[in-house]
Amino acid sequence: MSGPLIELRNLGKSFGAVHALKDVSLAIGRGEIHCLAGENGSGKSTLIKIISGVNQPDRGEILIDGQPVQGMTPREAIARGVQVIYQDFSLFPNLTVAENLALSTELQAGRRLVSWGRVRRIAEEATRKLGVALELDALVETLPTAGKQLVAIARALMSDPRLLIMDEPTTALTGREVEALFRVVRDIQARGIAVLFVSHKMREMLEISERLTVIRSGEVVAAGPIAEFDEAKITRAMTGQEIAAEGYRWEGDAGGKPLLEVENLTLPGQLDDICFRLMPGEIVGISGLLGSGRTELAMALFGMKPGCQGRIRIDGRAVRLTCVQDAIAEGIAYVPEDRLTEGLFLSATIDRNMLATSHHRLSRFGVMQAGRAAEEAAGMIRAMAIATPTGNRPVTQLSGGNAQRVVIGRWLLNDPRILILNGPTVGVDVGSKAGIHRKIRELARNHGLGVLMISDDLPELVDNCNRILVLHRGRIVDQVEAAATTEAALSAQLGALQ
Amino acid sequence: MSALAQALRRHPELMVAAVLVVAVLAIGAINPVFWQPSNIFSLLRASVITGILALAVLMVMLSGGIDVSFPAFAIAAMYLTIKAMIAWEFDGVLLPFLMASGIGLGLGLVNAAFVHYLRMIPLIVTLGTGTAVRGFLLGVVGTSQINIGQMPPLLIDFAKGEVLQVTQADGSAAGLSAMVLVYAAIALVVHLLLRHTMLGRGIYAMGGGVEAARRVGFNIRRITFVIYGLAGALAGFAGLLHGAMIWTANPRDMVGLELDVIAAVVLGGASIFGGRGTVIGTMLGVLTLVVITNSLIILGVDTTWQRVVVGLIVIAATAVTAWRDRKRLA
Repeated sequence: MSGPLIELRNLGKSFGAVHALKDVSLAIGRGEIHCLAGENGSGKSTLIKIISGVNQPDRGEILIDGQPVQGMTPREAIARGVQVIYQDFSLFPNLTVAENLALSTELQAGRRLVSWGRVRRIAEEATRKLGVALELDALVETLPTAGKQLVAIARALMSDPRLLIMDEPTTALTGREVEALFRVVRDIQARGIAVLFVSHKMREMLEISERLTVIRSGEVVAAGPIAEFDEAKITRAMTGQEIAAEGYRWEGDAGGKPLLEVENLTLPGQLDDICFRLMPGEIVGISGLLGSGRTELAMALFGMKPGCQGRIRIDGRAVRLTCVQDAIAEGIAYVPEDRLTEGLFLSATIDRNMLATSHHRLSRFGVMQAGRAAEEAAGMIRAMAIATPTGNRPVTQLSGGNAQRVVIGRWLLNDPRILILNGPTVGVDVGSKAGIHRKIRELARNHGLGVLMISDDLPELVDNCNRILVLHRGRIVDQVEAAATTEAALSAQLGALQ
Repeated sequence: MSALAQALRRHPELMVAAVLVVAVLAIGAINPVFWQPSNIFSLLRASVITGILALAVLMVMLSGGIDVSFPAFAIAAMYLTIKAMIAWEFDGVLLPFLMASGIGLGLGLVNAAFVHYLRMIPLIVTLGTGTAVRGFLLGVVGTSQINIGQMPPLLIDFAKGEVLQVTQADGSAAGLSAMVLVYAAIALVVHLLLRHTMLGRGIYAMGGGVEAARRVGFNIRRITFVIYGLAGALAGFAGLLHGAMIWTANPRDMVGLELDVIAAVVLGGASIFGGRGTVIGTMLGVLTLVVITNSLIILGVDTTWQRVVVGLIVIAATAVTAWRDRKRLA
């Protein structure tokens, strides 16, 4: 058969007043690796839901094998060969690998009784199809993320799909695991199965896909063979703006009084004789492999490692940081790595999250001054350009970038002098990322804040810091001027430490 | 230590089996009266009602829910059935048990409707329905206790049945209640349902993740209704059996029993967060709880301490399961 496997023509979908999709046309060829790129809120998820039959389009048509399909349910989508692997894998952590692999096949077959022998046979067939070895009797929760993903892929292949949709498959994987995943994806493709790879990571799109479609605000803004694209072009298409990377230059007085001085900071087994200075207006990057002690250093400065030895001075004055309250009182703010579990109160509103560290300051006789609090929160929502009509909304409705701004904004309300950011833009879109970087630079340059930025994202460090410390096994092994290094050089340096 | 946690996750009944063996050996060593057939039989008899209710709660807990309404449902089903039997001058066994189970089923479906359609938290729903049913029973149906004289004789006779009789060392006779068989039969059915039907695997799948269960094609609504309906039916059945076994229908009975039952289920290795637990573990949990609380008397401990022990068992068992289920970082 010739012609595309699946073709979407002028799809439109609205939820209430929100036009999630305005006009999207897209064709996926047989056995093609197609990449769908777009920022959060661009309509990617809605598009996946329509292709997989979860949502019905308001306008436009879907053609599979050239035949128009109407009112497709999830079951029909599966029957026509469309399988989705969701970001969370949709596995059952409490059940064995074998049962996870067999459940959907058993359900599709309309079984009422379970034969454990058959479950095992189905699971063996599934792993054979994917060509991987999985311990079938292990509980899924004991597997690493990459293992769970293999289970999810093997399960999806059981229904002989012709199109496999993978939603942000690389988010929780390490570099090596991404390589392994790509091998699996190419192997799937070799069997004539098309793969729709949904992502916002440029490098991966360029490496794996053959064709690329970029959507923004519910419309296709760029599409074509991958050879026609480069990183800058994809970024431009996704964000609709030019994001120029230019280094951060610190123009303070090198002979002035340091904001923060750390001398011989040692925590047995974690930090070893750390010495550095942070001047007002500086953005100092902290780079290092996982387990190098970078998070421990941040926690020590935020009073969360009370057993530390060594001296810490702020404005030349010796301070003791034995608890978080000490650190806050000294004007230190810390934005943790995992904002969902450590930084946000997920069940509360944006305002409440924003004001979480300001209750003392905004209270008189133990009673919070509601008017002033609302004013400050609203002011910070404006200042951080958080995309919400009101601070009264649940914080969970915000996209990753906006949620991160809430956490940063919360600390700014306390007028900190030293801002420690751990992975400031993990899981944040390119466009939002640039906005957050702009804000951080502005705070340093115009308000004299000292910023410590810990990140895995080397371009982020090179572009935004004036100086980068390299940590390894709890020691500072090198210190480089950002202007004098490149991402490649830094990457090579880190690689050599391994 | 994590090998132990893994073993517990895989075989949740290991812990409770160990606790039961230790408890039995310790109690038997302190007072050998424990090993007398009459004591063993009475412990087994005492675990019948708690056991049936625990199986009902196990199903709900496996799906990620919780039920605290079952003692109220059990008592309502029992009291209404016996009132009806007296009013219609009916005596028998099968029909009354069908009626009691039916009443429980209906009430359980109400729970399911609230949980499924209004997406309410099961704890709150069942607290509400349980309290309302109790209030309704006392306010509208009656508050008076029905004693042995008025109880339907055939029902009492059924519950008096024995399967095994032995002569003890002192010449007295001891008999094992046939109701133990009823309990065993129900346990077998629940086990087969959970382990060998797609419906049962659906309950486990729901406990692992409702959204994921929906995506692989389980009918969440049907499963929810079956679980709560079945739990209600079992509660109604257990209620009437309870009345028949103690020869009394007291509308104020079983107050606070939900804690004992949940304690037994958790002690049996089931997770309060759903998805983990087995029938055999639950049965062992029930037996352990019954052995420990009922042996306080032969150990010479004041019975008022029973509640303290139940409370401590809940905390200890939950602590162990929480340790087992804690999220392992990295």
